[in-house]
Formats: sequence, structure tokens, C-alpha cells
Amino acid sequence: MASEDDNAESIAKGEAAGVQEHRSEDGRELSLTGNWTTRSIAAIDGWMRELASTAPERIVLDFASIANIDTAGAFVIRRTVEELRQAGKSVEFRNISHSEEVLLDAVADAASQSMPEKPSSGFGLLTPFAVIGRSVFAMAEQMKYAFGILGSAIAGSSGHGISLTAIVAQIHRIGVGAIPVVLLMNAIIGAIVAQQGAFQLRYFGAEIFVVDLVSVLVLRETGALITAIMIAGRSGSAITAEIGSMKMREEVDALKVIGLNPIGVLVFPRLVALMIALPLLTVAANAAGLAGAMVIANYYSDISYTAFITRMGGWIDVTTVFAGLVKTPFMALAIGVIASMEGMRVGGSAESLGARVTASVVKAIFVVIVLDGLFAIFFASIGF
Amino acid sequence: MAMTETVDKTEWQVGDAEERRVILSAEDITVRFGTQTVLDGLDLDVYAGEVLGFIGPSGSGKSVLLRTVLGLNRKQGGTISLFGQNIEELDEDERTAIDMAMGVLFQHGALFSSLNVLENIQVPMREYLDLPKKLMNELAMLKIEMVGLPPEAAWKFPDELSGGMVKRAALARALSLDPAIVFLDEPTSGLDPIGAADFDELVRQLSDTLGLTVYMVTHDLDSLFSVCDRIAVLGDKKVRVAGTIEDMLVCEDPWVQSYFNGKRARQIKR
Repeated sequence: MASEDDNAESIAKGEAAGVQEHRSEDGRELSLTGNWTTRSIAAIDGWMRELASTAPERIVLDFASIANIDTAGAFVIRRTVEELRQAGKSVEFRNISHSEEVLLDAVADAASQSMPEKPSSGFGLLTPFAVIGRSVFAMAEQMKYAFGILGSAIAGSSGHGISLTAIVAQIHRIGVGAIPVVLLMNAIIGAIVAQQGAFQLRYFGAEIFVVDLVSVLVLRETGALITAIMIAGRSGSAITAEIGSMKMREEVDALKVIGLNPIGVLVFPRLVALMIALPLLTVAANAAGLAGAMVIANYYSDISYTAFITRMGGWIDVTTVFAGLVKTPFMALAIGVIASMEGMRVGGSAESLGARVTASVVKAIFVVIVLDGLFAIFFASIGF
Repeated sequence: MAMTETVDKTEWQVGDAEERRVILSAEDITVRFGTQTVLDGLDLDVYAGEVLGFIGPSGSGKSVLLRTVLGLNRKQGGTISLFGQNIEELDEDERTAIDMAMGVLFQHGALFSSLNVLENIQVPMREYLDLPKKLMNELAMLKIEMVGLPPEAAWKFPDELSGGMVKRAALARALSLDPAIVFLDEPTSGLDPIGAADFDELVRQLSDTLGLTVYMVTHDLDSLFSVCDRIAVLGDKKVRVAGTIEDMLVCEDPWVQSYFNGKRARQIKR
């Protein structure tokens, strides 16, 4: 476009979308230049938006110098045209090719529609209370759901379809697979408790009492607790993820349609496996904890292994051992029910799977610790 | 063109019937998984502006070829050229330019489940372009309108959409950057016949208005008859025949014969 006109003004140069403007008495002529494509349209978008308010009554758009155009460019042109026409101004196209015309028609509907309202989450004065109320009801709902799962796991297990193979396979995954890490963790905890105990008791010249301290602590509390927390993290997350992804891919629905109780089929074997595996793991954990303590007591306080065992044998009775072990099936049940419940609550998105697995582990660990505290109070009051 | 950073996609969007420029060419492609050879010396040309239907028996390697072309699979031999450039000889910028000029509709949509439809469509725009937010919203709404989704669908998440809507939303995402070529993997599978016919119509319309090249893996005879300019048949680890629907109907190949002259095909041909 030769521009003899002194008012000729170039908005953008080079490859990007641009406009060359020529003013005359009867209106404005805009020559569109460059690439009107998704990639380069940003350069001209703001200018085109203002055009509707600044343009004179009559305007001519010249398409001759457009190098390339795609739907984004066509959309911006069409949107501007709609705005101009709504403002009561006349728009003319010049040198428009057939394919450009087709493109402009194709985007016409979209250009005249406005953005639909986003469904608002609505933040008002009452929102904080609504959030609290909702979470309280959700908590009650979850409690009910958890007991529902427990109930239907027991009900669904009766009669046909208890698969011993499934239970054994789960015991292998939950129990046997966890042995190394559980042993290691408990040995370290036992060793730490022994070391700290030995240092404190040294002031009183009563280092031998470290045996009493460690054996009671490991057998009554840490053995069961550390193992349960480990299993909540290790197997609870796995159960939630397994059941959750089965839920996402409609496998749970498929079970229902075939006539199987998904909770009976999926949850029951895992619950049973957990309730068998966790006490057994705790026995091993207790041994590991005491072994760790023995090594440390020997190292720091010169308490020989024989002395340790003799002292422990005189102090510890079977009650202490059972005070630790009796808690574990209840903890296992809590872990299993929470993990299964969260698995069943997984929705359609990958995000919800992540959120449910996180919730499963956090809740399971929380409940395990609370249960441990309740048992401690209970045992104290009955003198166990 | 290999010197410039951008693929001049508009150049490739206008399909000139006389010139018949090759937009995608696969030469002597060999793909093996372990000891199993899936594709062996396959040759295929796709011309700019055409709708190519790609068919073949289940398990013949249609998806493998598509994934190989997209660079998602390794190939043991052969060359793939997109927009006249060998994709293996490109540096990162050139490769990005090529990626920007193509769109893919995966078989199950592959929408990002944690983003709503609007955000899904905007993912490529955010990644590659610096657009004002308002314009980006408008362009995403344009794509939603173009693929025939209702405007309210913009705020929905993938798990709230029906199967047909997922396909449309995924197509809208594939069209996000106005590509010159789109790859559709079984776009009409799982749709009801009316939905599938609408989708075929849509593909045809997009191809006509935007000069889009479409590479469509399909099993849908209706799609083949109604929208495809050319059909390629995969069999015996290579492209057995390629040609128009008329060529297919007179083809001697027994598999092609039974495919196009079977009971279901005869009803459509009428």
C-alpha cells in the first residue's frame, strides 16, 4: 500500500499482525498487514479493541496485504466488526479473498457471543460458617461410611467368595514385604531409647534400669505403634490407590454388576490380611527393638547380653507383651477401613486420587495414635 | 524453510489440488518391539489439505505408526518428514515449531483431568504464546464453539463430560494453536451414530474452512465414505494400498475386498 497520506500511521511492523491507516474525508481506511495468526495476533489485539470507540462512521478494511490468516486472526477481525456495527458504524471489506471470507463466516457465531458466566463459588459473610458446618457433617458422614464399609466387609465375606488365595497374597504383600523396614525402624528406635535412657540413669548410678525402661517401652508402646504407623503409610496408601484407581476405571462398578459385593471382594481380604499381618509384624518388631537396645546397652553401659536378658526375664511378664499385642488388630482394622473408605471416595480426576491417598495416610496415622492413647488410659484404669 | 524458526503453517493450510504437496512423509519405516516386527519398510505420504483415513485390522500397527510419527515410539529404521523437514535432524526450536503446527486427538481424549475444558484448551497457548488473558479466553471459547460444544461446557471438568463431549473438547485442544495437520486416533469410536456423523461433518467442515490436513485412524465405515479424500490400508507391516474410496472398492486385495464389500459396508454404499 503506497501511502501518500501524511496521516499514514503504522501500528506494527514486520511479521506480526499490523494495521496501516489512511484517513480521508469520508472515513478511515485500514490496511491489514502481516501475519494474522494465533502466534502473532497479540500485537494488534489491544489496538483492535479500542477501534470501536475511536473509529469514524464509515470504515474500510483492506485485506490485500495480509500475509497469513487463521481462525484467531479472523476472530479478532470479526469481533471488531461486530463491535463497530453495534456502535452503529458501517464497515466495508476490500480485496477479501474467498478463503478469508469463509474463515470470517466460520468464526461469526463465536465472535458475537459473550463469555458464559463462570459458576461462582460465592464467597459471602456466612461462608466460613458454611465451611465449618459442611466439614462437621462430612465428618459424621465419613464415620457412617467407615462403619458401613466395616459392616459390609463382614457381611459380604459370609457365604460364597471368600478367597483364601487373595488373603494369603495380601498377607504376603502387607506383612512379609514390610519385614525389613519394620525390623530396621524398630531396632533403631529401641537403640535410641536405650542410649538416652542409659545417659539419664547414669546420674543416679542406676544404669541397669535401662533394661526395665526399654523393655516396657518397646513391648507396651513403640513396637506396636511404630509398626502400625509404618503399615499405615506403606499399605494404607497402597490400598487406597488400588481401590481408587479401580473405582476410576469403573472396575468397582463392574464387580457390582456381575453380582459381587465390591467391598466383600476388595476390602475383606485386605482387612483380614492386615489383622493377621500387623500382630505378627509387631512380634518381630518387639524382638528387633529389644535387640537394638541390647547392643546399645552393652556398648554404652557395659551391660552384658546375659545380664540384659536375665534382668528382663525377671521384670517382664506375659501381660506386658500382650498389652502391646492386643492393640494391634484394632489398629489394623482402623487402617484398613480408613484406606478402603478413602479409596471408594476417589472421583474421576487424577487430582482426587492424590488427595484421597494423602487423606488416607494422614487419617490412618492419626487414628492409630489416638487408639494407642485410648488403650493406654484403659490399661491404666484396669491395672493391666 | 529449515532455516526459519517457525513453520509457516498457513502455507500448508491451503490445499492446492494441482500441486499436491506432501505434508507428512514416512519412508521405509521399521519398528520392532523386542523380536516382534510391527512395521517393516512402510512408506506413506500425506498431502496437504486432504483428509486421510487410515484403516487396517486390529493389532496391525495403526496406533504404533501414529505414535512413531508423533515421536512417542522409537523406530529402528526409516525417516519421517513433516512439513518437508526430517524430524530427526531438527534442533529443539525447530522441533517446537513443528509441534506447534500439529494437533493430536488421542483415542480416549487424554484431557488433563485436573483442568476444566477452557484451561485444557489453553494449555498449548500458555506453553507457547504470550497472549493477553482476555484474548486467550475468547480464542478458547472460539474453539469450543467451532467443535460444537455448548458454551457452558467451558467450566466443566473432564469427568463431568459425556464421551462425545470429551472427544469434542479434545479436538478443541488439538486445534488450539490452529495447526496445519491434526492426527485423530479413532475419533468416532464410542460415539452413537448421530454423534459420529456430526463429528465426521465437523472434521470435513474444519478441513474445508481451515485447509486443515487430517490424518484419521478409524474403523468407522461411515467416516471413510463420508469424509475421507483418500484411504490407506495397513497390512503385512506396510501400507498395502492407498487411494480414493473408488480405488478401494475395486481393489483386488482380499482384506480390502471383505472390508469394503462386507455386509456392513454394502448397507452404507447404497
